[in-house]
Amino acid sequence: MKDPQLVLPEAFGDAIEGIETFRGQLTIYVAASHIVEVARFCRDTDGLRYVFLSEVMAADYYPSVPRFGISYQLYSMLYNRRLRLKVMWSEGDPDVPSVTELWPAANWHEREVYDMFGIPFDGHPDLRRLLMPPDWEGHPLRKDYPLGYETVQFSFNVDEINKHKPYARKNGDER
Amino acid sequence: MTLEKFANWEGTVDELKGLVSERALTGETMMLNMGPQHPSTHGVLRVLLELEGEEVVNCIPDIGYLHTGIEKNMEYKTYEKSIVMTDRMDYLNPMGNNLVYCLAMEKLFELDVPPRAQIARVILTELTRINSHLVWLGIGGLDLGVTSTMTYCFREREILLDIFELVSGQRMMSTYFRPGGLWRDLPDEFEAAVRHVLDTFPAKFDDYENIFVGHPVFIDRTQGIGFISAEDAIAYGLTGPMLRASGINWDIRKAEPYSSYDQFEFDVPTGQHGDVYDRYMVRFEEMRQSLRIIEQGLNMLPDGPFRSDNRKYVPPPRSELGRSMEAVIHHFKLWTEGFRPPKGEVYVSTESPRGELGCYLVSDGSPNPWRVHFRTPTFTNLSALAKLSKGYMIADVVAIIGSIDIVLGDVDR
Repeated sequence: MKDPQLVLPEAFGDAIEGIETFRGQLTIYVAASHIVEVARFCRDTDGLRYVFLSEVMAADYYPSVPRFGISYQLYSMLYNRRLRLKVMWSEGDPDVPSVTELWPAANWHEREVYDMFGIPFDGHPDLRRLLMPPDWEGHPLRKDYPLGYETVQFSFNVDEINKHKPYARKNGDER
Repeated sequence: MTLEKFANWEGTVDELKGLVSERALTGETMMLNMGPQHPSTHGVLRVLLELEGEEVVNCIPDIGYLHTGIEKNMEYKTYEKSIVMTDRMDYLNPMGNNLVYCLAMEKLFELDVPPRAQIARVILTELTRINSHLVWLGIGGLDLGVTSTMTYCFREREILLDIFELVSGQRMMSTYFRPGGLWRDLPDEFEAAVRHVLDTFPAKFDDYENIFVGHPVFIDRTQGIGFISAEDAIAYGLTGPMLRASGINWDIRKAEPYSSYDQFEFDVPTGQHGDVYDRYMVRFEEMRQSLRIIEQGLNMLPDGPFRSDNRKYVPPPRSELGRSMEAVIHHFKLWTEGFRPPKGEVYVSTESPRGELGCYLVSDGSPNPWRVHFRTPTFTNLSALAKLSKGYMIADVVAIIGSIDIVLGDVDR
């Protein structure tokens, strides 16, 4: 069993941007460009063997810079321990490399992150919106996206509501 | 129907190119839309099937019909007020959802839970597990031609729902677990009601297993269907009975015990073949193991407080409000502003009836959570549907969806 706090900085040097432990949970900050190599190293190295990807999630830390944090929850079944890899990303940075080639499980998780935060993943086989409709505008879990609501449609206000829909604007008030 | 025609009413032809084979574009294979309103999809799941005859060439699940923005909504509520929203995610496992959110909060606040509350939590989450498996069994049987079990299972589930009503006042959306313990103490009638379950359920489970295992249609439609190997199951992130049916003995209750699960003795059933049949057998056995856990829990249930008395996070009981000015201040403060936890991020995972249910909580030190994310088990399990159903018949897709045990509220959140 190896300690990722020691092994990872040794193997990747500057690509490891920071190490943090909070409530006994280890977080390792990785440069976005190196996430696939680091994840593969964590998965395949003897003594680490983080073979299971629990989830990929993101958080919007607006207004701090870099704005978004993408967390990868890894789990080692052999050693029964967890590790969190974290990538910081801002708009304008190059796309985050996708880890779907390592874990097919990341497919929908990365699609959800793309849908909710607008973070693009490079090399993802099928990067579409997952939960929101395909013609939705904006990314709902960003902090600058208001909570908002959908007006309930009745027969008397259906025309008025249709006017505000994205498809009405596109096709000139008709559908 | 060619893809072009099919796409006319959906407008997504460009998105579908690349997902389906070239043959679908020429009309050589057939595109078939299943759902979102289809009884065997257990909710509102839409599956696009590319078929060659009856064989599934490709399968594209389309989710989001039940997306309610719970994670966004929780950012606008105080920590304690958003517990009600967790019930509504996986509506067959409300206590388990309460538990994972409370555990995440307790980890973040470093809040202790008294032993009575911990054991009560275990008993109730295991009752919820049986409740969830009964619904899955009844509806899954309906998919596979074992129609009689539906009424039986719902009859037994009613007994469990009565227990939930007894403890929390609510049959389904219980919101019973709170940070630091329980909303109120277990009522006196609780033990007798649970003993009744312990006495009557084992015979019922045997009956149901006989109905299923002795049913030739069920055997034909499940054995060797929806196979996934252990390596693939890990790569695809499958958890819970899906993973254990492939032969991997991983149960978070054993591996990373939470809420006093380390004091209980129980077995983790596993399968060997990784097919639909094994997933059924694993869940059958899990129900019996849950009864074992509940019985041990009842026997060791200690007396004592049911909620932590850390007044920084836990409001004072009603009885103190008339006597203590300090209690009134705490009460007012906690129910208006809420509490201010330390800054940080925690990830907590539990074993729900469907697999790994995780909660990722980000706090910025304000009374509202900065970000809450739920790692829901069926979301990841469902993403493997294409892998599971390729090469099988269209009727098998129904059996496979049933064996994933999807709850769309859990998938879409």
